Amino acid sequence: MRITRYAAALAAGVVLAGCSSSAGDQAADQAENTVAVETEASFAAGTTMAELNEAGSITIGTKFDQPGFGLLNPSGTPEGFDVEMGKIIAAKLGIPEDGVEFVETVSANREAFIQNGTVDLVIATYTINDARKQVVDFAGPYYTAGQDIMVAAGNPEGIAGPDDLAGKNVCSVEGSTPAENIRTNYPQAQLTLFDVYSKCADALANGQVDAVTTDNVILTGLVANGGDAFELVGNPFTEEPYGIGLTKDDTEFRNFLNDVLEESFEDGSWEAAWDATAGAITGTPAPEPPAVDRY
Amino acid sequence: MSSLLYDIPGPKARARNRVLTAVGALVVAGLVALAVWRLVVNDQLDGDRWAVLFDPRTEVPQALLRALGRTLQVAVIGMVLATVLGALLAIGRLSDRRWISRPVTVVVEFFRAVPLLLLILFSFIFIPAIGTPVSPFAALLLGLVLYNMSVLAEIFRSGILSVARGQWEAGYALGLRKSQLMTTVLLPQAVRRMLPVLIAQLVVLLKDTSLGYIVTYSELLRTARSLVEFFGNTYSFQFYVAAAVIYILVNLLISSIARLVERRTRKDRKARAVGPVGLPDEITPVVVPGGGPDRSR
Amino acid sequence: MSVLIDNLPLLLRGFWMTLVLSVLAWIGAMVLGTVLAGLRVSPSAPLRGLGYTYVELVRNTPLTVVFFFMAFGLPQLDLALPSFFWSGLLALVLYTAAFVCEAIRSGINAVPPGQAEAARALGMPFGQVLGQVVLPQAIRTVIPPLGNVWIALVKNSSIASAFAVTELTAVLSRLSNATAGALVWIGLGVALGYLVITLPSGWAVSRFERRLAVLR
Repeated sequence: MRITRYAAALAAGVVLAGCSSSAGDQAADQAENTVAVETEASFAAGTTMAELNEAGSITIGTKFDQPGFGLLNPSGTPEGFDVEMGKIIAAKLGIPEDGVEFVETVSANREAFIQNGTVDLVIATYTINDARKQVVDFAGPYYTAGQDIMVAAGNPEGIAGPDDLAGKNVCSVEGSTPAENIRTNYPQAQLTLFDVYSKCADALANGQVDAVTTDNVILTGLVANGGDAFELVGNPFTEEPYGIGLTKDDTEFRNFLNDVLEESFEDGSWEAAWDATAGAITGTPAPEPPAVDRY
Repeated sequence: MSSLLYDIPGPKARARNRVLTAVGALVVAGLVALAVWRLVVNDQLDGDRWAVLFDPRTEVPQALLRALGRTLQVAVIGMVLATVLGALLAIGRLSDRRWISRPVTVVVEFFRAVPLLLLILFSFIFIPAIGTPVSPFAALLLGLVLYNMSVLAEIFRSGILSVARGQWEAGYALGLRKSQLMTTVLLPQAVRRMLPVLIAQLVVLLKDTSLGYIVTYSELLRTARSLVEFFGNTYSFQFYVAAAVIYILVNLLISSIARLVERRTRKDRKARAVGPVGLPDEITPVVVPGGGPDRSR
Repeated sequence: MSVLIDNLPLLLRGFWMTLVLSVLAWIGAMVLGTVLAGLRVSPSAPLRGLGYTYVELVRNTPLTVVFFFMAFGLPQLDLALPSFFWSGLLALVLYTAAFVCEAIRSGINAVPPGQAEAARALGMPFGQVLGQVVLPQAIRTVIPPLGNVWIALVKNSSIASAFAVTELTAVLSRLSNATAGALVWIGLGVALGYLVITLPSGWAVSRFERRLAVLR
């Protein structure tokens, strides 16, 4: 099924029919998915929750270039699973949707943005690890991804897992955790490193590299968006628990976020968020939510 | 001028030229045809792939237009700031007081010697690291201004130095202080004569805004990439071609304005008092790649 | 500071790659740029038009876009380069050649017209006028601007970091997950790598210029 997003939207005749916010069909789904804003919310004075609730606005850092999780649409608004999680949290804080501002964060500035207060939260395919816990706190995880491999359709090189990458040309992003993982654990793979994954997808489509590796959720987005040029190997070989980054030692806020996450796992809003975003792209049902880690 | 290099062609040379021209045209046409053919074979000229660029329902034209707006915004603001600061730095470097001219020289030389990409990245990573939030716009603007003010400082300096020696001497003979001489005699003449170069530098600066991708500023090129990410890699070629065409058209427009202004300046008697040094003697202003320094003039 | 020493091998490798990329691109750009300059002053109008079109097109395109088309556009024409190093190199060559061309052309135009006229009076054809009389004299005035084009080229090579060439700037991206304090040092190390090339080149250019000024 050679359906690209533009072709699909045209065929369905949904391109902007009465929806002023977006080009795709995704935003329309999201509109129905909006979580009711907690207008009655009240918090103990002096807490971050009370401050945000008072201000009626929150700034959330997210990725703008990850299909399914955080991706900028042509009208300039980000959409994806991370974005929906942000909206759920904002709603529980009693912040109306127009009070939620999304700011683009990249791997290099996520910690700095939290530390200097540019953003209140970072929800950006942000793997919880010990080095990062030194400088920021994490709520969650709210999703567990794993590093996987994307190959050209039909898998001409017969790559089934990371061990098959030896001698192959593998594409990833310079400075990313997946790239470092390959460098240290699979040194026989030839790394080609760009600054963004969309260039990796171009390189794979042109046959300039044999495989692309990063977290499976990012790869599924690329597969879904690539006509039928790519396929996922589907054999994740790491665990990447995605967390919500916040200021270090703000334990009350972290507990609140963990409560909100658990609530969303229970009441179906987490699943709805998945279905409207990553699930809509890949056509996969929502997985079991992970267990929140109150470290 | 270049016609001095060869004789006016006679009948034989004209015939030879015609043959060469025909052969050359055939080769070029052949290459273009080959390229088009390969693009067709690879489905890159498929109408559906290009339709996405022009269909307002996709919001792509609007997105590109808004992105062009952001590109022009950072370019124009950057140009104004860089011009003002560049003029100040030029005056500072020409100062007789060493404690002014020395540090100014170091600043100018440093920012011209470091890649612009690095300057923009520095602004984005390090300023937040010391605790001051900086927006992508501010980081890109800062990098562009630091670099271009240094380049323009050198252009201004050579412009000021190119004002005929007699004017300096006349000014001093009238008892003007150096600051008076600078502001009332030298700068006005230099600026008038520099105008085409300033406009040409705007082209360089505009192209350099495309480095905003590294600090997540949604300028034209970064927007093209976002569109690729949204619509999928099937459309990579189309979106990047669209961005390239927009850049080229806008820059050609600015370049032709530069040429127009230069032609007018040449006719201007007041500007003629300034020698040709510090200016390209070409109709097309010489622009050095990436806004590189060109002290040769 | 220690982070700089820890990553010294990485920085040195990046520096070496920047140097290799710049030198090779410089050689290629000089060759192509000289040919283009020849086109731009040639007797054949279409050839002049070709040179002009090339220069205008390239000069008005951001280098990043040129990089993109060399890396991902050429494969659409079924032209395969061996690796992304070569597509990056080609991008720098094609881009820089336009500026080399303009520098040489203004050098040619700076040679006193009497020289070319005298050569023609001796019956020399265009190729000889240009190759034996005008260009050798133009070289002197052309060296400072060409020096500046070289400096710009070295700095421009940093864009290759976004196109899978692991040169100096790519070291900064590779270590971008390091702490902010460490990044400052790495950043300074990378900047120093460029200064080591660009500052001496700049001094050489201005020295040459001063000597030239005296000669005149």
